[in-house]
Amino acid sequence: MSIDKDTAARVAKLARIKVEDDALPALANEFNTILGFIEQLNEVDVDGVEPMTSVTPMRLKRREDVVTDGSQQEKVLKNAPDAREGFFAVPKVVE
Amino acid sequence: MTELNKLTLAEARDKLRAKDVTSVELTEACLSAIDGAGALNAFVHNTPELALEQAKAADARLATGDAPAMCGLPLGIKDLFCTKGVPSQAASGILEGFTPEYESTVTQNLFDAGAVMLGKLNMDEFAMGSSNETSVYGNAVSPWRRGNEETPLTPGGSSGGSASAVAADLCLAATGTDTGGSIRQPAAFTGTVGIKPTYGRCSRWGIVAFASSLDQAGPMTKSVRDAAIMLEAMCGHDPKDSTSADLAVPNFEAMLTGDIKGKKIGIPKEYHMDGMPEEIEQLWADGRAMLEAAGAEMVEISLPHTKYALPAYYVIAPAEASSNLARYDGVRFGHRATLSAGDGITEMYEKTRAEGFGSEVQRRVMVGTYVLSAGFYDAYYNRARRVRALIKKDFDDAFAAGIDAILTPATPSAAFGLGEMNDEDPVKMYLNDVFTVTVNLAGLPGISVPTGLDHQGLPLGLQLIGRPWEEGDLLNTAYALESAAGFVAKPGKWW
Repeated sequence: MSIDKDTAARVAKLARIKVEDDALPALANEFNTILGFIEQLNEVDVDGVEPMTSVTPMRLKRREDVVTDGSQQEKVLKNAPDAREGFFAVPKVVE
Repeated sequence: MTELNKLTLAEARDKLRAKDVTSVELTEACLSAIDGAGALNAFVHNTPELALEQAKAADARLATGDAPAMCGLPLGIKDLFCTKGVPSQAASGILEGFTPEYESTVTQNLFDAGAVMLGKLNMDEFAMGSSNETSVYGNAVSPWRRGNEETPLTPGGSSGGSASAVAADLCLAATGTDTGGSIRQPAAFTGTVGIKPTYGRCSRWGIVAFASSLDQAGPMTKSVRDAAIMLEAMCGHDPKDSTSADLAVPNFEAMLTGDIKGKKIGIPKEYHMDGMPEEIEQLWADGRAMLEAAGAEMVEISLPHTKYALPAYYVIAPAEASSNLARYDGVRFGHRATLSAGDGITEMYEKTRAEGFGSEVQRRVMVGTYVLSAGFYDAYYNRARRVRALIKKDFDDAFAAGIDAILTPATPSAAFGLGEMNDEDPVKMYLNDVFTVTVNLAGLPGISVPTGLDHQGLPLGLQLIGRPWEEGDLLNTAYALESAAGFVAKPGKWW
């Protein structure tokens, strides 16, 4: 399978990374090199093999469904590029 | 008196307890070594005031006889660990200015054990790289050189700053993290010891996530004994990481007897790679001879899916990275791009991520996005997870057949020059991890031990792979290998 310029542009869009038009052909080439390498996986017989979900068999711990943390608004907002009146501020989302 | 920064953890610990030296003296020796080592670019955020404060507190503890394992020992911390009040950027522009309000569990464990933090260490951006060349801080440089040549060499990656700092005696030991070989490969390149424990041994809480099903923290040290001491302090169950194992942590150091008589050491035939340098084959053969002389039995084994580990890794790791790195959106922390009039929230995301992420990180996020996208999920991601299950089964079968540990080369070559791989395609760089990545996919413990020098005088390492949760036994085998190899070479000081 070969990735063209349009597919590269679509992937960049999905990943929310701005890529200039003139950089797309080189990017598509890099994808093709990496995907070409990955293609080897098609040689493996994986019939009847379940995809791994956890590398060590373990049962996730459970706990009471109660609030254990909170009231840290100042700390949560401390590193925000733009925090106002106790909120994260972003460009207008809804017209 | 020896220069204090050159001590191992064990030596310094014993001197502290004997009151031969204070933590402040040890810390000052390291801080002065760091000041003189700007050329290595290993430390990227120095915390001398914090270090001296912690050292004084440690000395006070030592004076009362309350001296836990790491009390008063000065360490470097990889920039991937969130450290409260200290910049923690994962060597990325997108986390510029990020100063965590919390402490990672591993660093907290170390501080609780009395350790001193000298500063944060250079690394590849988001731990994605094998040469420390993708860092926003610039390259970390190895203290090692090829004979009298001045060509700057890579300390390996992603824990390149950690490896360089330990090898150059800027600290007594350092933390690292390992997703595909990022502790073991730099340790091998710099003549130091690095262990990645079993997945779940160390809490991942507060460590900037790359690929959550593969990431593990571990120590990078000057000896196997030091690795045992520091690993024990780092690991333990943590309710804040749901994959952290609720298992007792043994006294690893007490397990270092050096007795490996009757142990069965597996030699996987698939690790004889085409085109592998003769020196690496020889190093491996020498390692087998050393373990055999110590009373272990060498057994040829087969790990038939080895060749598919790297391609499976380059689906799974980017897929997980693309999800983990979605949080860097310019809203909650770090960098936000300057927007033009009329830009909406999508432009904000796209410009912020284009400016903040370096090219290797962008490439992996996009590869991950592609393999997870509608129509390709089964063909790539699910297939890779099936292959991963087969790779783990290869190891399970070997251990079920009675193998105690597996011996392999750590890297396919010695350290290369910085910039030497620039013109190669990305896959060439990925091949550095060919011997280490299987261990992450199978969740096993693996350790790199320096055992020889190449024809240019550069260090080479061997890797031992252990059974899950049996780090103590693995460390003991590594200790026997270290004792037999007697590796004592150090880089000549040029920096």
